[in-house]
Amino acid sequence: MAYTERVDGRKFDELRPMEAKAGVIPNADGSALVKAGKTTAYAAVYGPRELFPRFKQNPKTGIVRCHYGMMPFSGSGERIRPGNSRRSQEIAMVIEKSLNAMIDLSAFPNAVVDIYVDLPQTDAGTRCAAISAASIALADAGIPMKDMISSVAVGEVDGTVVADLCYDEEAYDAIVSDIPVAMTHNTKEITLLQMDGEISKEDLMKALEMASVATDKVYELQMKALKDKFAVRLEK
Amino acid sequence: MSNILKKEREVVIPGETIAEGMDYLPGDNTYREGEKIFSKVLGLVGVTGRVMKITPLSGPYIPMTGDKIIAKVFDITMSGWRFETNTAYSAMMNVKDASSRFIKRDEDLSKILAIGEYAVVKITKVTSQNLIDLTMKEPGLHSISGGRLVKINSQKVPRIIGKQGSMISLIKEKTGCNITVGQNGIVWIKGESEKELLAEKAVKMIEARSHEEGLTEKMGKFLTGGEQ
Amino acid sequence: MISNKEAISTLAKVGKRLDGRGLLDYRQPIQLETNISWTAEGSAKVQIGETVVMAGVKLAIEKPYNDTSDQGGIMINAELLPLSSPEYESGPPGIKAVELARVTDRGIREAKAIDMKKLCITPGEKAWFVIIDIVTINDAGNLFDAASLAALTALKAARFPEVDPETGAINYKKKTDQPLPILKEPLAVTVYKINGQLLVDPTTQEEHAYDARLTIASDEKGTISAMQKGGEMPLTIEEVGKMVDIALEKAKFLRTEVDKAVKGN
Repeated sequence: MAYTERVDGRKFDELRPMEAKAGVIPNADGSALVKAGKTTAYAAVYGPRELFPRFKQNPKTGIVRCHYGMMPFSGSGERIRPGNSRRSQEIAMVIEKSLNAMIDLSAFPNAVVDIYVDLPQTDAGTRCAAISAASIALADAGIPMKDMISSVAVGEVDGTVVADLCYDEEAYDAIVSDIPVAMTHNTKEITLLQMDGEISKEDLMKALEMASVATDKVYELQMKALKDKFAVRLEK
Repeated sequence: MSNILKKEREVVIPGETIAEGMDYLPGDNTYREGEKIFSKVLGLVGVTGRVMKITPLSGPYIPMTGDKIIAKVFDITMSGWRFETNTAYSAMMNVKDASSRFIKRDEDLSKILAIGEYAVVKITKVTSQNLIDLTMKEPGLHSISGGRLVKINSQKVPRIIGKQGSMISLIKEKTGCNITVGQNGIVWIKGESEKELLAEKAVKMIEARSHEEGLTEKMGKFLTGGEQ
Repeated sequence: MISNKEAISTLAKVGKRLDGRGLLDYRQPIQLETNISWTAEGSAKVQIGETVVMAGVKLAIEKPYNDTSDQGGIMINAELLPLSSPEYESGPPGIKAVELARVTDRGIREAKAIDMKKLCITPGEKAWFVIIDIVTINDAGNLFDAASLAALTALKAARFPEVDPETGAINYKKKTDQPLPILKEPLAVTVYKINGQLLVDPTTQEEHAYDARLTIASDEKGTISAMQKGGEMPLTIEEVGKMVDIALEKAKFLRTEVDKAVKGN
């Protein structure tokens, strides 16, 4: 274990300072803003609404469609050319899969619920922030869901299992593994699991245990974001 | 050993446990897994007898037969009109359901309702695929002209109407406006322009504060002139 | 689905608006925030009423264009994000986004707002290129003015990144405290004509009910740097004159908002 102190001084299982707000985009049916350290994600939900092209319609249930984008000025280096990259297509797909199992659109045949996530600034953990934000936005839109989905990346940096890696840790000059995870709250089931890097099975299981605890912390913030919208104002 | 875990009118999020034990039944917007009952939406907890239900604080309008809605014509066909309904589903009104007077075969349908016009109509049928049939033949149903339209969340419609229409009557009285609230979340307000604006603000305020207690009284104060 | 075209037109005739504002009133709140993106060399978020727009500045070093070998360059791009309105779809920019980008670009470029010569590093070989990207977060009307405000505020807040003197590589993670060479501060104000009346800061519904519009970009001295007429109906010369007067007056007002924001950071 050569990584004894994290680059930003956090404890190994400590998440970056996180903020979550619901209802930030008035035009949307539901929306959210999530900040995890220096990664910020806006999520907006539109729907259920009419789905085109027609061949995509499902007569038994509505479907979910996810879009993920990094704003051109959101990368830590050069400008990112606008447009759909393969990376953003894949991320959109895993976001959708991470949420789909919990969403119930059986009352909306042939319709679509569109989820859009866009990021003005990034510092690793982008798909995790996106999923957590999308989950809040879906609830804010009144879309029926069995449970919230909370997401955070765990991993290992030079032998030490950590939670919520920042970019400098992902890019650390040693053996690193980066494991984005999303989990339901009640049953603690995994709906997103990806990994790149190198890790032993033993450390992987430790990391997943850490993810279980870390996603609970994210859940608390998601719940607060939604309930704060309805906090009763104090009479003056 | 059954237990209700939340207070009446408490705000819950999807997946929150609201009751445990087999004595309680899962009502609207809830589901049971094992011994527990969970919420399926962001909403307010409600208990009626043994039934746990959630009143959503937001969410799409689900069309129901008998509902009065405000819809917009976007197409005219050989047999009638097609409407946008503020949902994922379009609606159809057949010529024979437009009016109690006889409409001749070659009559110009756009003279009755043109594309882009709005109307207060009633849902007569909803299929399993959520296709909607409308009528404008009954009293109280008509095309809309003048005034302004306001869009609100359809889940707030009951609050805007109030118990036995108490809230909507209050707004009408204090603003002197004609107000029609569509179940699909579209509201038509017609009166003097400043009063229309006041009514619009009142409707939006109820929408934002629907979860608060004593709202009718607060709205009364607001409409009479000042306090919020 | 809701358009209220008739109500808007009827009210406009008597100098009124649906939301009770005066014809020449901007919505409240007007809020500007800088440095909302740590990855951008300069950034800003602008809110006018419920309209929220962000702008980010990225700087790069490239070979100058052949016909301006001693100058850097500037490009303005705009994206109408689908998350900002039910009207927008994913995909390449439509004409509305293109017009927004080009009108904002013209206002800044033609005002010679940035000293392009000072962006030159080595003539014919290296110069700084400034790219501003404008994105919409909530489109509730008046993107032209919001975009112009955001672009200018982001430019003023921008700082050059460090450049390795030996390799010439840009270290984007370290900013110097050197601002861009800004000569002028153009701002666009769009004046709309509805049923014979002139107004500013339209809501989305008003944008669907107008006859004609004129966007006028002007600098602190009142010199006009760009114009764009939109809408189906024509304008008289007299109307254009009145619209320019309104734009110049409103630009002054908006400028004080920009100063407040930039000072606070």
